[in-house]
Amino acid sequence: MMTKNIMIVGVGGQGTLLTSRILGGIMVESGYQVKLSEVHGMAQRGGSVVTFVRYGEEVAEPIVEEGQADILIAFERLEALRYAHFLKKDGVIVANDQRIDPMPVVTGAAEYPENILEKLSEEYKIYQVDAREKALELGNSRVFNIIVLGLAAKHMDFTKKQWLDVIAKTVPPKTTEINQKAFLIGYEG
Amino acid sequence: MSEVKIMLGNEAIARGAYEAGVKVSAAYPGTPSTEISENMVQYKEDIYAEWSPNEKVAAEVAIGASISGVRAMCSMKHVGVNVASDPLYTASYTGVNGGLVLVAADDPGLYSSQNEQDTRCVARAAQVPVLEPSDSQEAKDFVKFAYALSEKYDTPVIIRTTTRLSHSQGPVTLEERVEPADKPYEKNPAKYVMMPANAIRRHVYVEDRMNRLAGDGCEMEINRAEYRDASVGFVASGIAYQYVREACPEASVLKLGMVHPLPRKLIEEFASKVERLIIFEELEPVFEEQIRSWGISCEGKELFTRQGEYSANLLREVILRQKPEIREAAKVPARPPILCPGCPHRSTFWILNKLKLHAAGDIGCYTLGAVPPLNVIETTICMGASISALHGMEKAKGKDYIKNWVAVIGDSTFMHTGVNSLMNMVYNQGTGTVLILDNSTTGMTGHQDHAATGKTLQGDVVPAISIYHLCKSMGIEHVTEVNAFDVDTLEKTVKEEVARDAVSVIIVTAPCALLKGQVFPNKCAAIPEKCKKCGACLRPGCPALTKKEDGTVEIDAAMCNGCGLCAQLCKFGAIEVREAKKA
Repeated sequence: MMTKNIMIVGVGGQGTLLTSRILGGIMVESGYQVKLSEVHGMAQRGGSVVTFVRYGEEVAEPIVEEGQADILIAFERLEALRYAHFLKKDGVIVANDQRIDPMPVVTGAAEYPENILEKLSEEYKIYQVDAREKALELGNSRVFNIIVLGLAAKHMDFTKKQWLDVIAKTVPPKTTEINQKAFLIGYEG
Repeated sequence: MSEVKIMLGNEAIARGAYEAGVKVSAAYPGTPSTEISENMVQYKEDIYAEWSPNEKVAAEVAIGASISGVRAMCSMKHVGVNVASDPLYTASYTGVNGGLVLVAADDPGLYSSQNEQDTRCVARAAQVPVLEPSDSQEAKDFVKFAYALSEKYDTPVIIRTTTRLSHSQGPVTLEERVEPADKPYEKNPAKYVMMPANAIRRHVYVEDRMNRLAGDGCEMEINRAEYRDASVGFVASGIAYQYVREACPEASVLKLGMVHPLPRKLIEEFASKVERLIIFEELEPVFEEQIRSWGISCEGKELFTRQGEYSANLLREVILRQKPEIREAAKVPARPPILCPGCPHRSTFWILNKLKLHAAGDIGCYTLGAVPPLNVIETTICMGASISALHGMEKAKGKDYIKNWVAVIGDSTFMHTGVNSLMNMVYNQGTGTVLILDNSTTGMTGHQDHAATGKTLQGDVVPAISIYHLCKSMGIEHVTEVNAFDVDTLEKTVKEEVARDAVSVIIVTAPCALLKGQVFPNKCAAIPEKCKKCGACLRPGCPALTKKEDGTVEIDAAMCNGCGLCAQLCKFGAIEVREAKKA
């Protein structure tokens, strides 16, 4: 198979690392060669963060470059827009419909673009969810990222059981159940 | 055992140390090297691992362990190598007893650093061999090979990684730990006492050693010529090798695992077999300049930059002349890193900003005090430089000039090298105000303990060194501790202290908002009907606060940590600190 390229983008602190580790886990379990690339350190402090996941029979570089991504998982609207040009022509966006103002917007130096997801949908196939609201309904606002992952999982070739197993293996044991529930909201919802 | 595990490059380095039988590891945290030591902890039955106060100390701890006869490692980021370079340059002369490896993590692209220096340049000057892995599996394998080299050639060995390798994950095949017998220590002043008469002789040894390594490097498996299409041949190492394989899978590649000293004969042979020789190395033209000096024609920095990270797309454009099909990037507002909600540094910077004070800054999260809306930090050089730079300004321009300046440094950075700078201020009769922002951790790198936190890397609870008493013991009369969220007292204290003709220290305390185990009993809540839309609460730039379309303020309860700074800034009682309801 051709190497598949996935990107997870969001704002530092939104849990991109956990999401990419679940993705990496399921690909290893399925016998693929996998490489992931993460951001640590200063950029994590509320900045724009990006994680790359690549899998296939043979993977050389650990990053996804511009014009190469098959799936862009975005935890925030502006970040979806920022990285959309990393997608291939037929690439898919899975977006969390949430707005987090970056500092230049807070201070009034810049404006937050209007109707981001609508505009992106003119050029890209896009699936969206208000995961934060659904996570709050579930009783834990922090698992919104797993809801988004569930929605993205619909567009990958792994079984429900594989996903639930790898979630159980990756997240802290106390949070297995809520994370699995969150996943199913995205996956089956 | 042939278990395959997906591992971060840094985790694989720690695993390599474990499998190689390392017994002592010392480090100071620094992105992108930190996870090496964090992963050492899982092997604590077999490896003693510590956070040292700085990289010089860490290197010396590892050198001592090596001299005593066991395998030892120290790890640090590239700029940490500068701090450790004093012991490193001389350890090159003494050589080792047990194998000695220094891991240096470079940061091309400046993800979390103050410069883009290339450790290979340091290694050339120190005359120490360098291995550079290109994925997680090699990271583990090369560490093990480094110990064999170290003991065979009587030399410290540097493992060089980059951010992209340290922070990438890939599959690694696990193996058992080998338990090399401890070597006996034998008194040998000619080798370990580097006084001039002995060092003169060791320098002869060092030169011979590097020549032998360069020769033997031609036979090492980690230096590998891959012959494919002969029209183009690349010389590459580390992550750059992966970009070559990605973009030009048909091209010949000389993959260098040992990047210093260079295997000259192997390179000459490779160069003779390809029509066009291209050197593809991130940062400095270290390979290129040496290869050119041998009279071999090649291409390198005239094609590729010395700055930042490389990529496969760069090769597609420059070598293959293909313009990859990429849509235009949208023009969007930047999202720079910011201080977290509830960060105890925010109040300090807010006060400095309000009092129009200049701040000589240091290395840590508080560097973010340099950017809008706080705009307070005016210098950032290196670990510990805030205090010494302030002292230099005072000596240059006098006591009065310094009255609207302060130095700002974190607790971990103060323990690293700031303490020396403070001693200097006292000794040389400086004046000036030093703010030590004590958030009880090394914040930026992801919460590591240090000598003033009361806990070790391996989790032992130990007496914390008191920063207050440390300052007092230097004879500093004015040392004040203030809670970071007591805004009025903090402002009053800063005003009083900057006016003094003396060294004064203000220790601003409150734990990092992200520190594990913290409980936030409160949340801030906006009361729209009382809001006068003045924006005072927004000025310190807390990301939990946003201005709604009608001008009133909204507080995101999920983000808010209830520090109450915004409530203290609101003159109209439009923000309340309430007990957080349990979800």
